[in-house]
Amino acid sequence: MRADLYAVLPEIAILASASLILIAGLFIPQARRAISFWLAQAALLATMWIVVSTAQVGTVRAFHGMVVDDMLGDVLKLLALVAVSLMLFYGRAYLEARGLFRGEAFVLVLFALLGMMVMMGAASFLTLYLGLEILSLSLYALVALQRDAAAPAEAAMKYFVLGALASGMLLYGVSMVYGATGSFDLDRVAEATLGSQGNRTLLAFGLVFIVSGIAFKLGVVPYHMWVPDVYHGAPTPITLLVGTAPKLAAFAFTLRVLAGALKGMEFDWQGMLIVLSLLSMTLGNLIAIAQTSVKRMLAYSTIANMGFMLMGFLAADLNGYSAAMFYTVAYVFTSAASFGVVLLLSREGFEADAIDDFKGLNRRSPWWAFIMLLVMFSLAGVPPMLGFYAKFAVLEAAVNQGFVWLAVAGVLASLVGAFYYLRIVKLMYFDEPTDREPIVAPGGTRAILSANGLALLVLGILPQPLMGLCVVALAQSQF
Amino acid sequence: MLPYLSLAIWVPILAGLAVLVVHRDDDASRARWIALAGALAGFLVTLPLYFHFDVASGALQFVERGEWIPRFDVWYHLGVDGISVLFILLNSFTTVLVVWAGWEVIESRVSQYMAAFLIMSGLINGAFSAMDGVLFYVFFEAMLIPMYLIIGIWGGPRRVYAALKFFLYTLLGSLLMLVAFVYLYNVTESFALQDWYRVPLSLPVQYALFVAFFLAFAVKVPMWPVHTWLPDAHVEAPTGGSVVLAAITLKIGAYGFVRFILPILPDASRELSAFVITLSLIAVIYIGFVALVQSDMKKLIAYSSISHMGFVTLGFFLFSPLGVEGALVQMISHGFVSAAMFLCVGVLYDRMHSRQIADYGGVVNTMPRFAAFMMLFAMANAGLPATSGFVGEFLVILAAVKVNFWLGFAAATTLVLGAAYTLWMYKRVIFGAVANPGVGALADLSRREFWLLAVVAAAVLAMGLWPKPFVDVMHVSVTDLLAHVARSKL
Repeated sequence: MRADLYAVLPEIAILASASLILIAGLFIPQARRAISFWLAQAALLATMWIVVSTAQVGTVRAFHGMVVDDMLGDVLKLLALVAVSLMLFYGRAYLEARGLFRGEAFVLVLFALLGMMVMMGAASFLTLYLGLEILSLSLYALVALQRDAAAPAEAAMKYFVLGALASGMLLYGVSMVYGATGSFDLDRVAEATLGSQGNRTLLAFGLVFIVSGIAFKLGVVPYHMWVPDVYHGAPTPITLLVGTAPKLAAFAFTLRVLAGALKGMEFDWQGMLIVLSLLSMTLGNLIAIAQTSVKRMLAYSTIANMGFMLMGFLAADLNGYSAAMFYTVAYVFTSAASFGVVLLLSREGFEADAIDDFKGLNRRSPWWAFIMLLVMFSLAGVPPMLGFYAKFAVLEAAVNQGFVWLAVAGVLASLVGAFYYLRIVKLMYFDEPTDREPIVAPGGTRAILSANGLALLVLGILPQPLMGLCVVALAQSQF
Repeated sequence: MLPYLSLAIWVPILAGLAVLVVHRDDDASRARWIALAGALAGFLVTLPLYFHFDVASGALQFVERGEWIPRFDVWYHLGVDGISVLFILLNSFTTVLVVWAGWEVIESRVSQYMAAFLIMSGLINGAFSAMDGVLFYVFFEAMLIPMYLIIGIWGGPRRVYAALKFFLYTLLGSLLMLVAFVYLYNVTESFALQDWYRVPLSLPVQYALFVAFFLAFAVKVPMWPVHTWLPDAHVEAPTGGSVVLAAITLKIGAYGFVRFILPILPDASRELSAFVITLSLIAVIYIGFVALVQSDMKKLIAYSSISHMGFVTLGFFLFSPLGVEGALVQMISHGFVSAAMFLCVGVLYDRMHSRQIADYGGVVNTMPRFAAFMMLFAMANAGLPATSGFVGEFLVILAAVKVNFWLGFAAATTLVLGAAYTLWMYKRVIFGAVANPGVGALADLSRREFWLLAVVAAAVLAMGLWPKPFVDVMHVSVTDLLAHVARSKL
């Protein structure tokens, strides 16, 4: 029992602190809400410490095989904690200016994080589903945080209806897999599918529904419709949250289900992922060109990027999985920095949502223009930024498995993508500013956002540590 | 021995960052002086590369090798041979010119301007010395970022269009090359160029890789018909940008042919040589005629660059020492001459703010010293003996005649065409009566401009009169390269 609890210590810590902040929120006057903020940050920091200090070599299964504590889970949990912490820092001024800086925001964010962490450490379809629902329900509520405005409510409604549909599909698929193999346990299912036991037709049907559910959560074409609306409608800090840490959880989900439990069905899901990847890369990048809102543009950019990530994943070997993981991590932190700059430019009554709001940023502030330049070139995959090595790794994985044509399609899609990222650079550097308000942000936020942006360059010049970490984490967790 | 190649890369880059850090909006002179010091230091550290170069050896020299990304077996592997060493010198020399040329002319965002050129200079040196595929690609692509900003921020009226066209065109080619790199990595399990030289490849594979490499480098050279970005980029770029584009970045494309295409894909190169030679001749002749009808001086020089670079690719695909050496000499000579021509146009543009030939006439009456310098450069551009322009063209024509008389004949038309478009432009701009009051009020060269042009003029004359030091350096490496290309990799 003690070993069981030890394995889920980080989740317990987050749950306990979420509950604590919820209760404490009752007694903290709105004027001193910063206490909740710092409590949440302290909880995140403490949980990071717990994750690091309880990390051990090897895999531990707990609660009768319901959860697993392995290095993959530890690494992803740590990165998700960092991403959520960044989100709270970047979003603080925005939330304060709009009266959203309330206790429930922190509680919901922590619950969403709890859901992600449960997904990352799941060893059974039930645990996976449980984590997914904790995450999704918290996110639905967070998107609707600004409940008196029309756009967030609409976005939350769309997100909820489509999300519920996807969850239903996923559950339907899981039930078929259960019917064919007689188990929810990912390892048992893996044994059954690898050993060619169970009804293959039933398994194939189940797989289709499961892949659909995963595709929805990743937001890849043709299950992408919710992404632009939710990104656009949600308050920007929540958009940042939706666009970053849950991608890590979705990666863990994809990996544990497809590369773990359904490894025996590799040739079936490989074909599906090729279609999803190809459609996402091309459509995501093409439609992004037409956007005039930064948030919508970044939404389509997410779709395209998840397509790229799948290109690495569908190589279906350690090389491919580690490339996909590296891609996801690189994307999460690039995306966090991009929304961080959008949040920095926004202020009371001004969203900085139109791409024209970036006009002449180099005149207003050369430093933030430079940070955004790094982010944009990283997203475009231009060296020496981190994003280049991410694209490079997934291309290598695809070519390695003989998908040269898919790699060529991918690079052509990223050429299209370069166009709209360059347009932001063009607005910042080549145009004259229309908005001359000074950029105000707390010093701490500035320092963190600068570090985040510069990390894209530094990790681009020295990518080995992060790349190596992804390989080691996956190899240690037997993928 | 000091790591001269690393110094050649990182001294300018660090100097560029230093310029950015110390910048003050009210006092640009500090940025200028730091930039000049950085450019001079960058040039000085490349001098040992020439003086300590062993001309008797075709092997890589000044090699530095350290592990960089073990995950993909990528190494920080630098080295130069007789082919690449001269381009590093040329690049570092040009950077000094560019910083100097932009001294008073650039008034807005001086620190960013200087920093962009210095950082680009370091990246270009990296591309010329990288002996690892990924390392090369990183330098090759990263230099697009400063060039994009240079054209877009300090360029002419259509700068946004030109910058975007430049970036996307080059990116298209290089992305396909990245796939080719990854493919070669999967075959050889290494990104080392030397491993790629050795690996046997079947002919269909060589063809496919040829297409990818060819697109990347042909866009950069640029060869007809993918040249259309160059006139736009040149016309809109500030003088310094045009100088670096013409003198250096075009050379990286041509360098890619000898560093990648010929040695990695020798069979495809031989099979497709007729194709490349045809494109080269179209560039030489057709683009020569196009240059003839230009009314914009910068556009005329841009087209003349394309025509001259056609000579370079022609020389490479004749597969004879004479041809390859002629092409390499032509590359270096063109580096000096095109830089000088763009500097001359810059001198006029700074005074009159027009690049139209029709706006000028009779400049010799008010700017006699300038007219003398431009005369020399125009002659060099036309390939007159005793200037650097003659040596390369003559060697390539000689090599072409040895292959086929009519091939040499077609190539030799450049001597006529080059003289026609350059001298005709010179006549319209410089000679005649003073065309308008603007020309009448022109002031002759300032001391800065005089010495700037004098330095380049000395280089042009020296290379024309005594090309041996240049040819000696490359001779052994070229012989080795051709011996390698002659062996089949099937």
